[in-house]
Amino acid sequence: MRVILRTPERKEYELKGPLRVREVLEKLGVVPEGVIVARGEELLTLDDKVEDEETIEVISAVSGGRG
Amino acid sequence: MKCAVCGRKAAVEVRRQGKAFCPEHYLEWFEGQVKRAIRRHRMLAPGERVLVAVSGGKDSIALWEVLHRFGYETAGLHIQLGIGDYSERALEVTRRFAEERGLPLYVVDLKEAYRLAIPELAELTRRRACSVCGLTKRYVMNRVAVEEGFDAVATGHNLDDEASVLLGNVLHWQTDALVRQGPVLPAKEKLAKRIKPLYLLTEREILAYTLLRRLPYQHEECPFAQGAKSLLYKDALNRLEAAMPGTKQTFLEQYLKKIEPVLAEGLAAEEVELTACERCGYPTTGKVCAFCRTWDRALSFAKKKGKLAGEVRFEPAPKPLFFAPSAS
Repeated sequence: MRVILRTPERKEYELKGPLRVREVLEKLGVVPEGVIVARGEELLTLDDKVEDEETIEVISAVSGGRG
Repeated sequence: MKCAVCGRKAAVEVRRQGKAFCPEHYLEWFEGQVKRAIRRHRMLAPGERVLVAVSGGKDSIALWEVLHRFGYETAGLHIQLGIGDYSERALEVTRRFAEERGLPLYVVDLKEAYRLAIPELAELTRRRACSVCGLTKRYVMNRVAVEEGFDAVATGHNLDDEASVLLGNVLHWQTDALVRQGPVLPAKEKLAKRIKPLYLLTEREILAYTLLRRLPYQHEECPFAQGAKSLLYKDALNRLEAAMPGTKQTFLEQYLKKIEPVLAEGLAAEEVELTACERCGYPTTGKVCAFCRTWDRALSFAKKKGKLAGEVRFEPAPKPLFFAPSAS
């Protein structure tokens, strides 16, 4: 599967599927609390399964430097 | 995972409440949370006009959308910081959001109003960009709100912002800052009320709302935020949250409930009375307010270094540009 990481710089990874979203984040070392995972326009929960041929995006929710 | 309301497939999990929701019920839950916060803290009375501070990021855009949907009379205030393309794109997305909804927008361009942008201000004063940027934004927001007749300034501060600020203030025992941490700062003479309607929603929950409502927002991070301590605190809190859901909310809410009132009472005797700044007339604890001091000094340095003409004078008024909603 293709995993596009936007944290917020864009990086791409290839992982062997199927995997649950929780496992994808573990493999990439991403803390689930700081991101939303999307497949196209569909938002996924940690239990959702991602198939090998699919593409998902991991979008960072964290912003810093707020005055 | 199923939606807690209708049993359909869930799209967003709210672990701290042990619930998950489908898109439709998530939007309903999210807006309900904001409505509850506004009511609980009496943030807004009917008919009050709200100036929403809009950077173009997900939090302020989501906040403006929610307040607009609730039927409040709102206008946006965007401050052009002059941080290269990043600031250009922030203005673009903010204007698009306002235009699409027919909402009024004020824009203060720092370079036009005060002759310097944030990177130059930071360099000339030898201070961190986030520090001078925060000082400037707070001043401009308040002054525009007071002068344009708004009852409140609403900011997009969220649970992660508030919990990380609390952690930073506790780690350094910044008692004076700790007592200013509440979701509502009441109005005083020439100080508009400040409210934080999203203070109990996490950044992740706000991002989910923004994506599900398909709101335009600026994805990229401010280049000066890299390495900011707030990011370190947020990461630490998110790691705790992953292991113990609800940690951030408990940390903040219990502080506001149990500690803040005691601290505020204990520090009341030390409270310095506010007087009018000799330069701009707005409230300060000294003779000249921090905003006027900082910008006046920066302009003097800029003139000495030949970056500005000698006749340029510091003028504290922010001179906002007003974009009225289009007739359509």
